[in-house]
Amino acid sequence: MKKSSSITLSVTCALICELMTGMVWAGSIQEAELNNLLVQDCGSCHGLTMRGGLGPALLPETLSGKPDELLVATILEGRPGTAMPPWKQLLDHDDATWMVRRLKGGLKGDLKRGLQ
Amino acid sequence: MIARLAIILVSFAFACNVLAGGTGDLGIVIERASGSVQVLNTTSNSSLGRVEGLGDLSHASAVYSRDQRYAYVFGRDGGLSKIDIIEQKLVKRVMQSGNSIGGAISQDGSLVAVSNYQPGGVKVFDAGTLELVADIPATYGDKPGMRSKVIGLVDAPGQRFVFSLWDAGEIWIADMSDHHKSGNQESDDQGSGNPPVISKFKNIGTNPYDALITPDGRYYIAGLFGEDGMAMLDLWHPERGVARILDGYGKGEQKLPVYKMPHLEGWAVAGGYAFVPAIGRHEVLVIDMNTWKQHGRIKVHGQPVFVMSRPDGRHVWVNFAVPDNDTLQVIDTETMELVKSLKPGKGVLHMEFEPRGEQVWASVRDENRIAVFDTDSFEQLVSIPAVKPSGIFFTSRAHRTGL
Repeated sequence: MKKSSSITLSVTCALICELMTGMVWAGSIQEAELNNLLVQDCGSCHGLTMRGGLGPALLPETLSGKPDELLVATILEGRPGTAMPPWKQLLDHDDATWMVRRLKGGLKGDLKRGLQ
Repeated sequence: MIARLAIILVSFAFACNVLAGGTGDLGIVIERASGSVQVLNTTSNSSLGRVEGLGDLSHASAVYSRDQRYAYVFGRDGGLSKIDIIEQKLVKRVMQSGNSIGGAISQDGSLVAVSNYQPGGVKVFDAGTLELVADIPATYGDKPGMRSKVIGLVDAPGQRFVFSLWDAGEIWIADMSDHHKSGNQESDDQGSGNPPVISKFKNIGTNPYDALITPDGRYYIAGLFGEDGMAMLDLWHPERGVARILDGYGKGEQKLPVYKMPHLEGWAVAGGYAFVPAIGRHEVLVIDMNTWKQHGRIKVHGQPVFVMSRPDGRHVWVNFAVPDNDTLQVIDTETMELVKSLKPGKGVLHMEFEPRGEQVWASVRDENRIAVFDTDSFEQLVSIPAVKPSGIFFTSRAHRTGL
């Protein structure tokens, strides 16, 4: 019962995420490419399933309390003194916003797409 | 009855057929996101099949049993899988932590160690049964319960494992040589056998990110992410402590963002020089192994990830971090100059030389294939389909210290 409700929830989140990203999406990199970068390259440190690695976990529950702009700034500017690099040479503000919303919604669908 | 006999005969014939071949020319490639490996044959340059069900294999690596039959695969999700590469099946899989990074097999092949991020530490398993024989929490600092992520785990002569603590800036040696001796102390969760003897070396530098051991098993060297330099431990003389080498290389220069941690596993040694990736620079560093001082810096296409020596030492092959990971470059170790640049495609994550180096296999993640190159002509010989391939590991590693 608990499992099925969490699946329903994540599907709902994914749908909302789809709608939201559809609205905000105006990035500099193609969506598929950005998705690949998120899953594969962010995944190098944070884990392909975002459960963490050298870098911390980036799951919806670990990100939920953090404002989008803070997370966007972390992606673009990095975190000095840690292994998190600034990505602004490769990503713009819209790209990072898209990624933050993807991460907050959970990466299930993206992981599959990233594998195709 | 006849039918049953026929089945028995057929399965016997099949078993004979499967076991007839050796494994010295085999290997595996990690299919990082689908939780599978393919078994590769380096004589026929082909894939023999696939073993599935290995979990999250992002950043997975593998070591081999000394008979080169079994591969131990270390998965990101904490899974340790033992694969029979002759029968191409998963023999056993244990979830030994929440988050792991790599492993090693002991000198005598009887123990497999895994380094873990979460909870931070090293666990040692019986190579035959995968039963836990030792648990080494990477505790550090003054606060109780603080545990460091562990990286750079290698095997060393004398039945030792050596590893580094990312958060703590320490190098530890776990000596397992008394493990099999009698006088076993029974323990609830660690099976029988004497516990490892741990030696700790503190203040080795900020954030060791990976480490390597020289092919003779003497020097253990950790790269430091948090500062310019490397930490070196002479395993013939651990009493001398950890020495800093390459201290302050590139001092005063602005570092570039590091989009992917370099690896130090493939210790590239050629002609008395060692070749290692520079952190945050588009350079390969050359170390004079007599003095352990920097001999030179070679400008390359991007930030190096793997810097690997062809087995004969004449060439060193380099791959790169995103966004330059579509390229492979080859350095001549005599002239210290680039001799070739190749563009196999986006996401060149790893390369592995055949045992004597005539061919090199490179995984090209975003093109879902492995490219096999002739290392003399640099021609691509074969392209083998693979799903998001990453690490490639040939069985010849079974007989090499530190791999």
